[in-house]
Amino acid sequence: MNTSARSTARLLFSALRALLVLTVVTGVIYPLVITGVAQSAFPDRANGSKVEHEGREAGSELIGQSWNIKGTDKPDPRWFQPRPSNSAYDPLATGPSNLGASDATLVKTVKEARQQAASFNGVPPSAVPKDAVTGSGSAIDPHISPAYAEIQVDRVAKENGLSERQVANLVKDHEKGRDLGFLGNEKVNVLELNLSLARLADN
Amino acid sequence: MSPILADVLQVSALVAALALVHRPLGDYMAGVYAGKRHSRVERWIYRAVGADPDAQMRWPAYLRAVLAFSLAGVLFLYLLQRLQDRLPLSLGFAAISPDQAFNTAASFVANTNWQSYSGESAMGQLAQTGGLAVQNFVSAAVGMAVAVALIRGFARARTGELGNFWADLVRGTLRILLPMAAVAAVLLVACGAIQNFSGTQSVTTVTGQTQHLTGGAVASQEAIKDLGTNGGGYYNANSAHPFENPNGISNLLEIFLLLVIPFAMPRTFGRMVGSVRQGYAVVAAMAGIWLAGVVAVTWLEAAHPGTAAQLAGGAMEGKEQRFGEGASSLFAVSTTMTSTGSVNSFHDSFGGLSGGVLLSGMMIGEIAPGGVGSGLYGMLVMAVVAVFIAGLMVGRTPEYLGKKIGPREMKLAACYILVTPALVLTGTALAMATGNGESSMTNTGPHGFSEVLYAYTSASHNNGSAFAGFSANTGFHNTALGLCMLLGRFLPVVFVLALAGSLAGQRPVPASAGTLRTDKPLFTGVLVACIAIVAGLTFFPSLALGPLAEGLAA
Repeated sequence: MNTSARSTARLLFSALRALLVLTVVTGVIYPLVITGVAQSAFPDRANGSKVEHEGREAGSELIGQSWNIKGTDKPDPRWFQPRPSNSAYDPLATGPSNLGASDATLVKTVKEARQQAASFNGVPPSAVPKDAVTGSGSAIDPHISPAYAEIQVDRVAKENGLSERQVANLVKDHEKGRDLGFLGNEKVNVLELNLSLARLADN
Repeated sequence: MSPILADVLQVSALVAALALVHRPLGDYMAGVYAGKRHSRVERWIYRAVGADPDAQMRWPAYLRAVLAFSLAGVLFLYLLQRLQDRLPLSLGFAAISPDQAFNTAASFVANTNWQSYSGESAMGQLAQTGGLAVQNFVSAAVGMAVAVALIRGFARARTGELGNFWADLVRGTLRILLPMAAVAAVLLVACGAIQNFSGTQSVTTVTGQTQHLTGGAVASQEAIKDLGTNGGGYYNANSAHPFENPNGISNLLEIFLLLVIPFAMPRTFGRMVGSVRQGYAVVAAMAGIWLAGVVAVTWLEAAHPGTAAQLAGGAMEGKEQRFGEGASSLFAVSTTMTSTGSVNSFHDSFGGLSGGVLLSGMMIGEIAPGGVGSGLYGMLVMAVVAVFIAGLMVGRTPEYLGKKIGPREMKLAACYILVTPALVLTGTALAMATGNGESSMTNTGPHGFSEVLYAYTSASHNNGSAFAGFSANTGFHNTALGLCMLLGRFLPVVFVLALAGSLAGQRPVPASAGTLRTDKPLFTGVLVACIAIVAGLTFFPSLALGPLAEGLAA
């Protein structure tokens, strides 16, 4: 073996050892330490902010769910409905439609979603807000806009035998402003709202 | 509060936070790379590596070390994916196919983090945490090391010595990236990001349906993914996924992480060359371009979002309710201008003209403020070009920081600038001519072309974001984009280190009345103009075919 081949081999061997040492530091020690700190300081959040319903884990407050009638793709009128989803709210297939903002398919989808939301909730098409007719980026968006929650009040109240005022107050309680007053957007968490609704309807 | 006021406050808070840490962080990083002492852990690491951290390297030796370390990274990551099914913590996922494993290995080592795979349905926990997240650290540290070597080229005289790669690599990882990522990761968990080693759990929802909730070391990977301007999400939805980016606070924190090191590096540069004002001139150019991009995309998404978005009443397709249009636009500009490529909303569904701005952010070379390290060295190469052009205009020998910009320096700078346009335009043209572009499009017409152009721009500039409708997981694109990522990362590094060696060997020329002052606003202006002219002349025709055609038709 000549000198340059030998020095190249030695350099590659050094490089490999450097990679392995740094893998131990950043790929083993770092995530384990962070996991340790996270699990002791914020166990609920580190494990996915799970929520309970009737004594069992029923999802995560951060992950949107489907509120269709079980086994169908029809929205269940008894519940507040989330935004359209590209994956029927399956966390194993996150991601958006990726359709361009002027795409003909998207134009058609938006028009149909507006008609559907308007007739489903008994409101004029112009009252349907933008988040109700567009898919989110994650396809598991846990939130809707306050406006979308408000147009669902009458339908939800009727279907659950509750008064409109009761349900409207419930929505008001769940409307969250921007974080710290100016970060992000106004929103309503659909799972939390529906869990409160379930408790109200039970009483 | 009106949405516009909230957007303005959000950007102001971010700028204030970045301005606040610019000095201390930039000075700290200068101290890290200039320091003579080694900690005990570092000395132990150097012994394990078999390297002498005090041995000075000339540019060919520095380059060889960079390439050897990166080659080891590609091979290791490739094997980790190919053997995934036989290794623990695989979550039962199969081995990754050869072309996709090559693409992913190239992608993470080149600090690109283009993802032709989908995190939650292909990549196990060992590959993610022990492989991909490791490259998030070390590929970032390599970029910073190369930038520091170039700074030393300007700062040193009559020596060819650029420092020691192993020392720069280890210090960048241990003293800069690791502590910052650790703090950020804990803050992200406090916001709601997950951090566990549980597998996927099934729950029964209120309506009696089954939902699979995923687990993983997400926050620790998220922190370094943003801090190291990497961008590869734990999940397919990237930072739009609530487990990666749960609320408005985590969102601003992540944007801050994208920008904090790139915007502090000019201070490190100023400190190390002995004049912080030189750093201010550079950071002003970066900040000006970035802010113009933020204003442009925020305004375009509100005022000119496209037909479907107008019908819907706003550009919310592909965006999360908790972020809205403003926080999504801010993230999108920051991620494309930093070579990060993580996304909290999906760029494919942005309006045509906004998409054009995002593409331009990459096409100017990822320098405003650019990736960690790579942003600074890219900007300094543009500064060399700007000095040369200004020197020609006033008829003086161009010089920058006391170093003559002669034929050799200009040839290296020109080669640097030509690499990525050659890759982007050749790659896009090849993909279109062979039909591989068209068969991977989700959209039609100009927007379909934009998807292909975006893919090759993103890969060659080591960004990693996508017009994600583009189906990248084909043999052709995995291979071609993998090559674009490797060449787009390491050819420029060759030219930067050669330039550094050439500068370090020079004897400095004293400043005279005829010297162009490079620490003044006038120079910042010349620099920005040069960047716009170079990128504009190169890429305008391709932009006209894609985003401009779409945006003006809508």
